[in-house]
Amino acid sequence: MNIHEYQGKQIYARYGVPHPKGIPAFSAEEARKAAETLIAETGNEVVVVKAQIHAGGRGKAGGVKVAKGAAAAEEKAKALLGTTLVTKQTGPEGKKVNRLYIEQGLNLEGARELYFSMLIDRETRRVTAIASAAGGVDIEEVAETHPEKILKVVLDPAVGFAAHYARQLGFGLELKGTAMSEFVSLCSKLYDLFLEEDCSMLEVNPLVITGDNHVICLDAKVNFDENASFRHPEWDALRDPEEEEPTETEAKEAGLSYVKLDGNIGCLVNGAGLAMSTMDIIQHYGGSPANFLDVGGGATKDQVTKAFRIILTDPNVKGIFVNIFGGIMKCDTIAEGVIAAAKELGLKVPVVCRLEGTNVEKGREILANSGIAVMPAANMAEGAQKIVELAKSGAAKG
Amino acid sequence: MSILVGKDTKVLFQGITGSAGGFHADQCIAYGTSVVAGVTPGRGGQTWTGASTKKNVPVYDTVKDAVKQTGANTSCVFVPPPAAADSILEAIDAGVELVIAITEGIPVADMLRVRRVLDAQTGPKKTRLIGPNCPGVITPGAACKIGIMPGHIHRPGRIGVLSRSGTLTYEAVFQLTSLGLGQSTAVGIGGDPINGTDFVDLLQLFNEDPETDGVIMIGEIGGTAEEAGAEYIKKHFKKPVAGFIAGTTAPPGKRMGHAGAIISGGKGTAAAKIAAMTEAGVKMAPTPTHMGETLKSLLK
Repeated sequence: MNIHEYQGKQIYARYGVPHPKGIPAFSAEEARKAAETLIAETGNEVVVVKAQIHAGGRGKAGGVKVAKGAAAAEEKAKALLGTTLVTKQTGPEGKKVNRLYIEQGLNLEGARELYFSMLIDRETRRVTAIASAAGGVDIEEVAETHPEKILKVVLDPAVGFAAHYARQLGFGLELKGTAMSEFVSLCSKLYDLFLEEDCSMLEVNPLVITGDNHVICLDAKVNFDENASFRHPEWDALRDPEEEEPTETEAKEAGLSYVKLDGNIGCLVNGAGLAMSTMDIIQHYGGSPANFLDVGGGATKDQVTKAFRIILTDPNVKGIFVNIFGGIMKCDTIAEGVIAAAKELGLKVPVVCRLEGTNVEKGREILANSGIAVMPAANMAEGAQKIVELAKSGAAKG
Repeated sequence: MSILVGKDTKVLFQGITGSAGGFHADQCIAYGTSVVAGVTPGRGGQTWTGASTKKNVPVYDTVKDAVKQTGANTSCVFVPPPAAADSILEAIDAGVELVIAITEGIPVADMLRVRRVLDAQTGPKKTRLIGPNCPGVITPGAACKIGIMPGHIHRPGRIGVLSRSGTLTYEAVFQLTSLGLGQSTAVGIGGDPINGTDFVDLLQLFNEDPETDGVIMIGEIGGTAEEAGAEYIKKHFKKPVAGFIAGTTAPPGKRMGHAGAIISGGKGTAAAKIAAMTEAGVKMAPTPTHMGETLKSLLK
């Protein structure tokens, strides 16, 4: 789960992580008021108007504007709100700007821009901290072209972000004096934040060393581990529904895992691996999957119906492939769900159904006696070939 | 004699009094597994009875009690996510040899702690963790099933199956059985970013198992466990391997259900994994329907 920069900085505040003063704004008027407040507090006329979208690369895409005075901030805000930003991370469709963050302007004369992040590292099975002197830019590019400029330490959970780990990075970044001591303290604070807030990734890009040798986090990119949502009721308020695909949110609420894709064959599968390979096999036989959908291990009849409804919200869908290998999931439950959905939604697209596993005979019997036109398939390959054919003829008919 | 579980395996179920834990404990007993104890804190002294098998199993408050009273050497964890990592740690603390964690959705920060404890083990008696978020382990020849896989699709035999995906494991097993090839042991390692046992660990065990003639290894996008497995196969593995990687068509940056199944920063692509495995001499199945046939074609 992603949150906005301004929300990340509100979390910074709770952990004493140094960052510029700022105020979120949802309209141009709010932006002006925020700027007035900041100017009064800091005595500095300069503020920065930052578009809040769940994607990096905002600066390059024109989503960050410097303004002198509250009136100028209001104007910049007016220009930004409602526009669509296309950055390296948004995809070609871009993201619409609905929220802004007004931040105090900092004197960056003589400042250095560094990169800092922490993430769950699958290879070492620990938290790894990454730092680079080449901050403020695309770090993936740096990693590719100058891997020697990327510093890493793997943190032992038994000791946390010990000072010696931080110094190891700090010396690599050529920090001295106040910057070094502040960096050591910052690492420890960010590590506490990372674990206590259940982050899967936390990125500060840029981490600024000011001209007078102080450390300040200019950006906040925070990604939460969804598995921990049960102990973070506050996350609900941090979600921005406008940043999420509405059907994906609906699916999540129903306990389903759904990702929308560009093709025309809807997939309803149990298990993530089988769901992915169902997409793969559809493509292998010349079709194109409309979605990834995992109904999970313990799906109910009701969830199967919801899964059908979600798949059918996509107007491109010309056929549905149900591919179930029952483990926890019982095939008769799926069959009942398919029938309930077909009746309730008045299914107009062809459905190919492949069932195997627990209670398979019962499931097949329920489908055969239902009076609903669901085409059975003996295995995945046969099912995929059938649905690809049916979707093609369906698409040809319009 | 197969790997991980067999005739001497005595299982305790953590979370046996829950609905999923109870249902599957019953299914495991019906398959032939020796389920000797259940653990649910606060329910010690009670007796749990399987709905279909009518088998009575004593319930204990702690894993230590259960091990002491019954000699259980393997634990199957069905505890819900908020308490699952603690349950795994409890089993490690009690010295259980093998812990199989079925639970899906354990926070990764909790697994970091579990991993640290696993890595810090010294001495000859170390606990091995399989999972979490996995279907479990089955050795058909010993009628020993610990997990949620449908037992009836398995047959005793000499092929090992190891996989990150539950349902793709069933798919592979079903194909093998249909082709007349039984399984020595089938293991799901789970779809989470931090797990207990990886491909390399299991490949080592299969390599040394005289009753395994070949293996099917099933991976998916995300991480580098498949690449590490391929490296091991290339250097040390003496038996034929058929492979499959799920997620060739998955777009980067989108998490595909499993917490670990995501292509990010250009890493973890299906193409890279397929290349590494092919290079290591693994014969890759062109589609998931062809995993069994691909393995069969490698046997003499």
